[in-house]
Amino acid sequence: MAEKVIPCRKAFTETILKEAQANPDIFVVTSDARGSVTLDDYANTLPNQFVEVGIAEQNAVGIGAGLALAGKNVFVCGPACFYAARSLEQVKVDVAYSKTSVKIIGVSGGVSYGALGATHHSLHDIAVMRTFPDMHVYLPSDRYQTEKLTQYLAHSSESAYVRMGRNAVPDIYTVNDQFSFGKGNVLTDGRDVAIIATGETVYHALQAEKELKKQGVSAMVIDMHTLKPFDEELILKAASICGCIVTVEEHSIFGGLGACVAEITSQNQPVKMKIIGIPDENVINAKPLEIFEYYGLTAPNICLQVMKLMKSKDRLIENIAL
Amino acid sequence: MIQVKELEKRAVEIRKRTVEIIYRASGGHIGGSLSSVDILVALHFGIMNINPENPEMKDRDRFIMSKGHSVEGYYSTLENRGFISSEMLDTYGQFNSPLAGHPTRKTPGIELNSGALGHGLSVGVGIAIAAKRSGENFRTYVLMGDGEHGEGSIMEAAAAAGHYKLNNLVAIVDRNQLQISGRTEDVCAVDDLEGKYKACGWSVIHCDGHNIMELMKCFNIAEAQTEKPTFVIAHTVKGKGVSFMEDKAAWHHKTPTDEQLEIANKELDQRMEELING
Repeated sequence: MAEKVIPCRKAFTETILKEAQANPDIFVVTSDARGSVTLDDYANTLPNQFVEVGIAEQNAVGIGAGLALAGKNVFVCGPACFYAARSLEQVKVDVAYSKTSVKIIGVSGGVSYGALGATHHSLHDIAVMRTFPDMHVYLPSDRYQTEKLTQYLAHSSESAYVRMGRNAVPDIYTVNDQFSFGKGNVLTDGRDVAIIATGETVYHALQAEKELKKQGVSAMVIDMHTLKPFDEELILKAASICGCIVTVEEHSIFGGLGACVAEITSQNQPVKMKIIGIPDENVINAKPLEIFEYYGLTAPNICLQVMKLMKSKDRLIENIAL
Repeated sequence: MIQVKELEKRAVEIRKRTVEIIYRASGGHIGGSLSSVDILVALHFGIMNINPENPEMKDRDRFIMSKGHSVEGYYSTLENRGFISSEMLDTYGQFNSPLAGHPTRKTPGIELNSGALGHGLSVGVGIAIAAKRSGENFRTYVLMGDGEHGEGSIMEAAAAAGHYKLNNLVAIVDRNQLQISGRTEDVCAVDDLEGKYKACGWSVIHCDGHNIMELMKCFNIAEAQTEKPTFVIAHTVKGKGVSFMEDKAAWHHKTPTDEQLEIANKELDQRMEELING
């Protein structure tokens, strides 16, 4: 059956439309981003539950908080790059600090906009969002997980930031998979190395796992769809079983998934780690997948880093043995 | 008439309490607190449908303190109106007090955590849209500073309020002409405030921001609006009620000395006597 794979943002808008049809207190706010978010159907179907504010992200978040204070469950939607920067103070104060039921849906996140440049990339969003108390952070990895996450958030009064990409990505899951948001999801039961990924890098981590298996390395792949609250227990379990961890993220190497993992392991169960992400530079002008490849976020480099890490892990063990 | 005089007395009590808690906390935004008191009194005692027994009552009118730094005058108003106890207000400035140096929702009667400027009007717009879309009749009031109008996000909110014809929304500017560094028009002019709001589709009214009767009239006029949100430019004096603080940028954030506290109390007591005898 040739079912067309839709982007996560489309999975979000289709799901939120169904949820909002069933619940008049669900509101969507956007900032001239109907097209980028794929909100046309929603806006046309539920105009009374839709607020357009024009190109004004600060206002969009503030209005979202106001709607929430008046009892609505609000989804403020637009490009991640703007919501995680331009309106960051509104997210910090009006959403997280004021504990309003606002979900910031950041679409076309990471390097989705490819050659459009650093203005349109959001490679700092995990780092900033997770430091706000009471702010939850999610990066779904495919359309099915996005659908389940949207359903979950439609019934939750939490404050949250969700980042999803622009283009369709390969399926990781099936329509029947269920998720425990707030927990990591173990995709393969390896013992030699843990590969922890989030969002669009989960697919590449799985590709790497297949390659590694051919070389006799068994990798535990974890989909860390929830960056906050962070599943500390699972990270420690992975560290304990595998003894070394590679993290892969479409985010700056500073303050993101790798940092989340390192903060936990370094203080509780130090293990060798490699953080794969975007280095401290403005990325090259290229298509998203080319950018992934250039900076080593795809299977070949993940495998390479795993092999290097395992060698050094072995050396560490040998040294201890001596 | 008698009722307004009662409110004027409340305003004096609130001013005294404001000065006292700032003195005891060894610091606070005294100038802007004192300039806002009459506006706060007009709204909390004369205009808004609110209930200290049930602070979260569904059909209450909403008030957003966008100029969150004037928190001492706001807390003192909420105390006088019965939302917070005197025991609670006495903890202000003490270690681990439940009362922060800017408003938070943890305090009964407060709708939004504020203190970062330029946020409140957007939030008020969101509340007003929600009310309209749900067919609820409560009204939303947002109090801002004049210096605060340096924040461009306010104009985003003003434009949206005009676009959505939020006649259930009232914004008030405490136009005391001063901000921390000096006169607003010298620091970086915020005028023409009237023209800016009119351009965004608002009805604009000027009034004496220390005349409670006049303030209440403005809010009643606003209530009769059928299409436009209303912007009330409340002309005030920073530090109002204490002669040596009036119209002085230096009193934006300052603690009175023992002697200054005594003079302030004497002046406010004298004002109270005038109200009682006059």
